[in-house]
Amino acid sequence: MKIVGLTGNDAVAEAMRQVDPDVVAAYPITPQTELMERFAEFVSDGIVKTELVLVESEHSAMSACVGASGAGSRVMTATSANGLALMWEMLYIAASCRCPIVMTVVNRALSGPINIHCDHSDSMGARDAGWIHLFSENSQEAYDNTLQAVRIAEHPDVSLPVMVTLDGFIISHTLERVEILEDEQAKKFVGDFSPKYSLLDVQNPVTMGPLDFHDFYFEHKRLQVQGMENARHVVREIGKEYGALSGRDFDYFESYRMEDAELAVVALGSAVGTARGVVDELRDEGKRVGLLKLRVFRPFPRREIVELLRGLKAFAVMDRSNSFGSYGGPVFSEVRSACYGQGLELPIVNYVYGLGGRDTTFEDIRRVYQEIEQMASSGKAPDDIRFLNVRE
Amino acid sequence: MSEKLPGWKELTAGGVIEKAGNASEYETGSWRVRRPILDRNKCTSCLICWVFCPDSSILLEEGKVSGIDLDHCKGCGICARECPLKDKAIVMQLESECEST
Ligand code: SF4
Ligand code: SF4
Repeated sequence: MKIVGLTGNDAVAEAMRQVDPDVVAAYPITPQTELMERFAEFVSDGIVKTELVLVESEHSAMSACVGASGAGSRVMTATSANGLALMWEMLYIAASCRCPIVMTVVNRALSGPINIHCDHSDSMGARDAGWIHLFSENSQEAYDNTLQAVRIAEHPDVSLPVMVTLDGFIISHTLERVEILEDEQAKKFVGDFSPKYSLLDVQNPVTMGPLDFHDFYFEHKRLQVQGMENARHVVREIGKEYGALSGRDFDYFESYRMEDAELAVVALGSAVGTARGVVDELRDEGKRVGLLKLRVFRPFPRREIVELLRGLKAFAVMDRSNSFGSYGGPVFSEVRSACYGQGLELPIVNYVYGLGGRDTTFEDIRRVYQEIEQMASSGKAPDDIRFLNVRE
Repeated sequence: MSEKLPGWKELTAGGVIEKAGNASEYETGSWRVRRPILDRNKCTSCLICWVFCPDSSILLEEGKVSGIDLDHCKGCGICARECPLKDKAIVMQLESECEST
């Protein structure tokens, strides 16, 4: 293990260097981030053996990833914001063809108006494409999640693509202390990829992505659902194994000072770091507050999350993206729906925050705790969605 | 397709077809609206229809046209169109006006 100063982009590039995937296909210009630039340096310098395919669009990037994965390669890529949006069609095809591709998504707002800063509207929009979604709180987790993602994606019970997300700029461009595994350790952890099929295996020819109509498509979708369900135990097993190696355990979420908490916030991404600080301050003031950091958004750990929220008097769910016209953001919808029929008669409120890179400060999150404290005493949940730190 | 189809647990992930070249097992002839009717007495076996048929449904026996594979023919009519004879050896007829296969 060594300790280095890395940005989120560099940390993921380091993980990719250690994985040394067979193929990386990527669009090399904005909204691509420095992550791919750094990885391309590794390729040019001969540090990795990866075949780097630079293509003319993000749609082509994901198409090339699907093709390379079908050929039996270990495939990685990265994108951000509108680049992810341009991949849309191929995201579904990657998941449907059960391609274990690992992709870093540097979370940034979808235009317009034109904005390049952090929010989760890009990956949240892709939440039903069939990918596993792992969120990162900081550069360290972006690194750790990337290594684990390879194992999760390629697990024979899963065989699905994984998106590892990190907050644009807040994590991607911020230099942090990161613990990096020794190359040998990392390589041993990810191991070799032994795909079930390869289009290049002429001795065992197969057809991938065939026509699939009303008589079979539905059954194949059901099978795909099972792959995602299987990911539940695989994510946990890999998280434990990685914990034994690195000293950092991973699960669906991390509960922070939740032991005797009466009030809590559910959040994901970099806002968790801020919320952690607020929880510490409020605890010093004698408030019984906690924090639940969601790491795995797909598959959504509905049963486990309800158990953690059960003892509370009120809680808030933070969403860094909109779901226009729905009751609350994507995380809120999931959490609130998970609580249905579970005997949790407590106020639950949604805060949409940080859109387009709007800063979310200690004061903002303090206000969230203050407001849920009031809800806890009145026992009433507000009927509206709250927009944190937006000007009236 | 009257046989019992497999359940989802019996299928391959992503619908991968492990047995190559099994398209012939998938019968697509039921889509047909018009059926090509071959008159073997007129046919010179020039094989132009065989070359053009997009579904490999012109059947041959020893190099001579012997019939049409109605399990896979989709009734596009290309064979009838391309047959070079003035008095066509293949004509298209509405399925509803044909005897059942
Ligand atoms: S109708 Fe079309 S599919 Fe049928 S035999 Fe003629 S060319 Fe082939
Ligand atoms: S094109 Fe006409 S003549 Fe030639 S083989 Fe076909 S049916 Fe016979």
